[in-house]
Amino acid sequence: MRNTCLNQVHDLARKDPRILFLGSDLGAGTLQAFREELPGQFLMEGISEQALIGMAAGLALEGRIVYLNTIATFLTRRCYEQLALDLCLHKAKVRLIGSGGGLVYAPLGPTHQATEDIAILRPLPGMGILAPADATEMKRLMPATVDYDGPLYIRLGKGGDPVVTPNEPFVLGAPVVLRPGQEILLITTGTTASLALETADRLAASGHMPAVLHLPTLKPLDLEALKTYLAPMRAVLTLEEHHRTGGLGSLVAEVLAEEPFPFPKRFARLALPDAFAEGYGSQASLMAACGLHVDAAVAAIQRLLV
Amino acid sequence: MLDARSLALRRKVVETMIAGGRGHLPSALSLVEILRVLYDEVLRLDPARPDWPLRDRCILSKGHGCLALYALLQDKGFFPEEVLSTFCRPDSVLGGHPERGKVPGVEASTGSLGHGLPIGLGYALAGRLDRASYRTFVILGDGECDEGSTWEAAMIAAKHRLDSLVVIIDYNKQQSYAGTSEVLPLEPFADKWRAFGFAVAEVDGHDVPALRETFQVLPLAEGRPSAIICHTVKGKGIDFLERNLAWHHKSSLNSATVDQLFAALKG
Repeated sequence: MRNTCLNQVHDLARKDPRILFLGSDLGAGTLQAFREELPGQFLMEGISEQALIGMAAGLALEGRIVYLNTIATFLTRRCYEQLALDLCLHKAKVRLIGSGGGLVYAPLGPTHQATEDIAILRPLPGMGILAPADATEMKRLMPATVDYDGPLYIRLGKGGDPVVTPNEPFVLGAPVVLRPGQEILLITTGTTASLALETADRLAASGHMPAVLHLPTLKPLDLEALKTYLAPMRAVLTLEEHHRTGGLGSLVAEVLAEEPFPFPKRFARLALPDAFAEGYGSQASLMAACGLHVDAAVAAIQRLLV
Repeated sequence: MLDARSLALRRKVVETMIAGGRGHLPSALSLVEILRVLYDEVLRLDPARPDWPLRDRCILSKGHGCLALYALLQDKGFFPEEVLSTFCRPDSVLGGHPERGKVPGVEASTGSLGHGLPIGLGYALAGRLDRASYRTFVILGDGECDEGSTWEAAMIAAKHRLDSLVVIIDYNKQQSYAGTSEVLPLEPFADKWRAFGFAVAEVDGHDVPALRETFQVLPLAEGRPSAIICHTVKGKGIDFLERNLAWHHKSSLNSATVDQLFAALKG
C-alpha cells in the first residue's frame, strides 16, 4: 500500500508540476526513480518533522501541493500543533502520508504505533482523514487528493493487504459498501475491512446476512449516506485498528446518539483498549492480543443480538 | 534619542493597545525601529496589492509583538487608520496575534512560537523553485529561539543555501519570566547562528541609520541565509516600561497610567 501510494505521488507529480514530495529521512532508495526523473519536485530534509510541516505549509501557501511522508506517529503525535496551526489554520494543501497506521509496526513497540492518530486529527478544522483498505483503493484514491482544499492525512496500512474494495470510482467522503445485507451492519475503516468481511462470513454461516460498510474517508464524511446505511439496521458493530476513543467507533456513536432513527439500535465497538500494546510479534498477533480478531467480533455481535 | 517618526509610531502602538485594553506592549516597542526600517526602506511591497506575487514576504514570527506590526501596516496603507481602534474587539480583524487572510499584509498566522521560520523557509524555497526574485524576512523573538523547530528550520535553510531568507532577531534579552540569560541562555548567540550556516550581523536595533546600513547589504553572504541580531530594549521609548517584566502581560490600564504612557512619548 505504501509503495502504491508513493508511486502514485510520482505519477501525479509527472503530470502536475505543483506537486512536491517531501520526506524526512526515509529508507535508502525510497522513490529513487522519482528523484532521478523529477529532482526539482523531490525533497528529503531530515529528522525534523516540526520544521518540515511548517516548511510544507509555506510551500503550499506559495502554490505547491506537498505530499509529506514519514512514520505516522511522528507526523501526528509529535507535530500536533504544527498540524493545527501551520496546516489547518492556513488551509495549506499538504497531504500527510502516515506510514504504519495502527499496529503495523508491532515489533517496533509503542513509539511507532499510530493508535490514536484518527482521534487526535478528527477535531482539527479542515483536516481530511483517509484510511483506504487496500492498494487498489489507494490507487483510485490518490488522484482525488490533489485538489482537496486544505490538509489531508492518509493512513497507510502494512501493504500486501487483501484486495476487498470494489473497482468503482473513488468519491471523497462516500462510504463504500463491501457487502450488502440486513439487520446487522459491520462498519470498518482502513485495513480492518478484511476482518469485517471474515466476521461477516462467520455470521453468514449461522444464518445471518450482515452488511459490511467501509469508510475510506473519515473526514469529510457524507453523514447523510452513513445514516441511510444505518437506518434499517438493528445491530451495529464498528471495527478499527485504533484506540476505542475518538476514532471510527466514536464517530458512529455520535451519529447514533444524535440521529432520531425510527427504531433503536444495539451498538458496540471493537477497537484497541486504553493501553499501550504489550509485547511485539507480528501485526496480526498483536492485533489478536489486543482483542481485534474474528472470534471477538462474532462474540460482540452475538451479545448485541441477545 | 528616538526621532519624531519613532515616537509617532509608538503613540500609534499605545493607542491601539488602549483601544483593545490589552496587548504585549514592551514586546512591540522593542520592534518599532526594526519594522520601521523594513517597511519604509527595505521591503518591496505594494500595499494596494497585498498578494502581489513578487512582494517580499515578511513574517512576524513573534506574533505577540503584533501591535508594532499593525502600526506599520496601517501607516503604509494596508488598511485604514480606524481599524486600529477595533483591536481585539469581537468583530475585529486585528487580534492579539496576527492572522493571515484577515489582516492585509500579514504573511503567516503566528502566536505560538517557533512556527515562523519553518513557514518562511517554505516561502523561500518556493521562491527558489519558481526562480522568483522575492526575499523572505522572518522576525524572531529571542525567547522564541528556545524552540527546537526554529533550529530545525535553520539547518534546512543552510542546507539549501537560501540567501533569499533573512532572519531578524529582536534580541531584547528578556522573556516572560525573566532575562533570557536566566531562563535559558542563548549566548554565544551569534556563534550559534554562524554554526548553523548563517551569515551573521549584529546591530543596535533602535539605531535607524545602522539598521538601514545593515539591511542594504543583503544577503550578508552569497549562498548563505542571513541572520541579523538586533540588540534592543524591551519597552524601548517609555522609561517606566523599559526592562520592566511586570509589563509583559499587562492588561489593565487606569487613566493615570494612560497619561503617563503618552507623556513619555511626547516629541
